Amino acid sequence: MTPPPPAPAPAPAPVPAAQLAQLNVAALLHPLDDPRTAPFVDLLDPVNAAADTAPGFVWRLVEEGAADATGLRPAGEHVIVNLSVWQDQDSLWDFAYRSGHLEAMRQRRAWFARHVEAHLVLWWIPAGHLPTLDEALERLADLRAHGPSPRAFTFASSHTAAEAADHLPTAPPAPPRPSPAAHPAKA
Amino acid sequence: MEDIDAIAALQDPVRRRLYEYVAAQGREVGRNEAAEAAGVARTLAAHHLDRLTEAGLLESGSRRLTGRSGPGAGRPAKVYTRSRTERTLSLPARDYRTAAELLAETVERAGLDAALCAAARRRGEALRAPAEPCASLEEAVELLAARGYEPHLEDTGGAGPAGGPEGTSGTAARAVRMRNCPFHAVAERFPPLVCGMNLALLEGLLGAAGAVRARMDARPGECCVVVEDSKNNDH
Repeated sequence: MTPPPPAPAPAPAPVPAAQLAQLNVAALLHPLDDPRTAPFVDLLDPVNAAADTAPGFVWRLVEEGAADATGLRPAGEHVIVNLSVWQDQDSLWDFAYRSGHLEAMRQRRAWFARHVEAHLVLWWIPAGHLPTLDEALERLADLRAHGPSPRAFTFASSHTAAEAADHLPTAPPAPPRPSPAAHPAKA
Repeated sequence: MEDIDAIAALQDPVRRRLYEYVAAQGREVGRNEAAEAAGVARTLAAHHLDRLTEAGLLESGSRRLTGRSGPGAGRPAKVYTRSRTERTLSLPARDYRTAAELLAETVERAGLDAALCAAARRRGEALRAPAEPCASLEEAVELLAARGYEPHLEDTGGAGPAGGPEGTSGTAARAVRMRNCPFHAVAERFPPLVCGMNLALLEGLLGAAGAVRARMDARPGECCVVVEDSKNNDH
């Protein structure tokens, strides 16, 4: 006989509390104040407001004193970034593709250059950890260099939090990254 | 269970009525309700509903239909919903899904969204038998049902401006929502591309500048498009 579980938790197996971080980058065809980009700019506030109240939303990066992160350009002068944290992959999926956000995605070719490399990366973080831009860009670089893995993956080739347990950044506050490259390559 | 066996399970007319009823509700359905809708006795309905569950066409669970819980709330009842699993059968064997995914991947990589949507709009127009644009939401329901979208009319009352602009016999604002996406498997892999294609196809099918219009309004678990009266919600 195994000891009874402490509480009637619905989860079948206890896994470390993890949340899903996502970064996507988009190269603007024209500057944000260009009339050709205006329809996108008009959607920023309503879509961000929808994200903030979406089921499973945890956090998104906002530039100090601004309503969003479009002023930050850590990946290049014309490249805007979007960094956020969600409870799980389904909640992020439903917001990205089953909400008003999809209407913005549909028109992406009018505003953004098409991607040659991966432009969206997902990875697991300990609950409560807020990912930094450096950490996020590292995950994107990892995905671009090595393809999807438990460290950095995509919707189409995803990994569970349990699979990623060895690759979680250490709990908050995030120290500089602990020796990542020493990991023996899997598969 | 093999797809061919699952599909064969629908050959029984009572079983098929029960399946179609449960699928059309888009929610959990109890045995009594399903029996009544299919016009058969409860025990017979229960038998067939369980056979459909064994075949993987329905999923079953248990709920207290009274909405109460705790002691005295009564025994949980068995409820059924349509399974999310997709069944296909092609004789001889054909694999259009792989072809669709490869084509979508290539179109996505090449950034050819606009060309795909233009082709989809032309196809929609070609599918529209009469030259005139769709004249009403009821007609839209027929057109969409014929293409497998599983449409249903939904009240959207309260969404419009307070008071209602036209005082015509007090009809509530309505819209057509669709429970099924005919392109689901490919849409899940390439959402903006394939959902954009779907919208363009429906715009072509319903016709421009008519009484109804299609608009993207994605929700979890449904087709990404809503069809509404052109006069309503002009924004």
